[in-house]
Amino acid sequence: MELLMILLIGIIFSVSTYLILTNSLLRVIFGIIMLSHGAHLLLLTLSGFNEGAPPLLGEESSVYMDPLPQALILTAIVISFGVTAFLLVLGYRTYRAHETDKLDKLRGHADE
Amino acid sequence: MNNLLLVPVLAPFLIGTILILFKNHLTVQRWISAITAIGMLGFAFYITYIVYVDGIQTIELGGWAPPFGIVLVADLFASLMVILSSIVGVVCLFFAFQTISKEREKFFFYPFYMYLLAGVHGAFLTGDLFNLFVFFEVMLIASYILIVHGGTKYQLRESFKYVVINVFASIFFIVGIAYIYSITGTLNMADIAVRVAEIEQTGVLNAIAVLFLVVFGMKGGLFPLYFWLPNSYFGPPSAIAALFGGLLTKVGIYAIIRTFTLIFIHDPGFTHNLILILAGGTMFFGVLGAVAQFDFKRILSFHIISQVGYMALGLGLYSQLAIAGAIYYIAHHIIVKSALFLFCGATEKITGTTDLKKMSGLLKSYPVLGWLFLVTAISLAGIPPLSGFFSKFALILNGIEQERYFIVFISLVVGILTLFSMMKIFIYVFWGEESLAEKDKNKPIMPLLAPILPLVALTVILGIGAEPIFSFSMEVANQLLEPSQYINSVLKE
Repeated sequence: MELLMILLIGIIFSVSTYLILTNSLLRVIFGIIMLSHGAHLLLLTLSGFNEGAPPLLGEESSVYMDPLPQALILTAIVISFGVTAFLLVLGYRTYRAHETDKLDKLRGHADE
Repeated sequence: MNNLLLVPVLAPFLIGTILILFKNHLTVQRWISAITAIGMLGFAFYITYIVYVDGIQTIELGGWAPPFGIVLVADLFASLMVILSSIVGVVCLFFAFQTISKEREKFFFYPFYMYLLAGVHGAFLTGDLFNLFVFFEVMLIASYILIVHGGTKYQLRESFKYVVINVFASIFFIVGIAYIYSITGTLNMADIAVRVAEIEQTGVLNAIAVLFLVVFGMKGGLFPLYFWLPNSYFGPPSAIAALFGGLLTKVGIYAIIRTFTLIFIHDPGFTHNLILILAGGTMFFGVLGAVAQFDFKRILSFHIISQVGYMALGLGLYSQLAIAGAIYYIAHHIIVKSALFLFCGATEKITGTTDLKKMSGLLKSYPVLGWLFLVTAISLAGIPPLSGFFSKFALILNGIEQERYFIVFISLVVGILTLFSMMKIFIYVFWGEESLAEKDKNKPIMPLLAPILPLVALTVILGIGAEPIFSFSMEVANQLLEPSQYINSVLKE
């Protein structure tokens, strides 16, 4: 299971790297979204899976899942949700102001 | 257990939320935010006093004992940083009263200003790695909004890059946290330090150390990762640029110093030498950028980069004297850099431009502004008896003692180039034929200068009173170099 997840995370990271390096504003934002999903999955995976055991069933239970990474991911997801919403609006406003979504046309000029 | 530590984090957060309710009452917003900022400065001094007298203060949030719960920790370094950020917070706020346009004020300038301070203070005071990430995000989200606030075409374009690169760094922060949690099984920084010492810092932990260095270096503007900085600081109004230039990169540097004096300290031959190399690159290329520019704000932005290099240099040398020098330098830099950005705002208010080639001869109509700028500028370059000299002196002295002659050479060259580019500003802006239009000659600038004056006074005081302040820095450095103090007071062993 861990191996499968790590392979998946690797694929997500490579796809998002490709997207971030493209020339389009919107694709960069998609890349950022994918990358944050990859990071969240990584956080979950690296704390280890104990299959079939729910987190903390009282003090007697012998096997249980570590609940902390799930709490961390929840926080991280909320933050990346907010940032993504902001980024989409910012991208839209940038597109409207400059009338282009090509990043190489957003480089700026030397004489500014 | 000391509830005082919550004040610098919670007060701006709550007040910021209250300010949203007064959207159309600008006077009320100004009064409330001014009182909060000044009150926070008082609290910051009080906290530092308590830490100085009684030792490191901690508070366990929700009563969960560390390493399980989140702790806030105030050691000397953290509380000193809170003082400095509160000073800049007050000064930039009063400058903003004079310079920010009504439209910007109406659209929640003050609430986000308060959230930014809450995030910065939280990042300084937290003792938990994930909590550090959260406070970084609080600070960054407020900064995203302040940097694009006003929404000019230039701001939109550069803010997009600023936001993308910072979100990218934040994601790698999560990756770093995931790695270190899988190895040590804890997120409390003191506890991580204990575990890292037990399992020895080799291979994979060095990789994690470098990952954290990249993440914090991206936020702090270290050598290969600083390209976002000058353009994005050019966009927002000077009051905000001063706040960002004084504070934001220093949060990254604070995090680097914290992690590399507490957690990753067992292989300095690798990590701290790497920091030293990055410091050299940061100083040199930052100042070269400044020399090439002909714009007031851009020169100052490039100087931020070169000076972040000096702070990293202190950490890279990794001795008590060098770290004390770095801490003194941080104090000096936050004060002087904010003052210079505010001077830039004042001249922009007079001339309407920040382009050096379009200004000249301001000294005739505005002599006070000119001479105050000169004092601050030569302090930045490190001329005695001002504050810049003593911090650089400690760093260079220790560099020579450790026989790191190349980095000493670089930092001296950088000092000369800094002086050169500050003089370039002074000559272009204040000397030469007066080119001001008649209506610009008698603008009332005393209200603009009033918030800057305390900063100029502070750089003189830091220089003349170097002896007690430097011995305070030595104590801060001593505390940083003995992580057992920090660990014991957090884990109560």
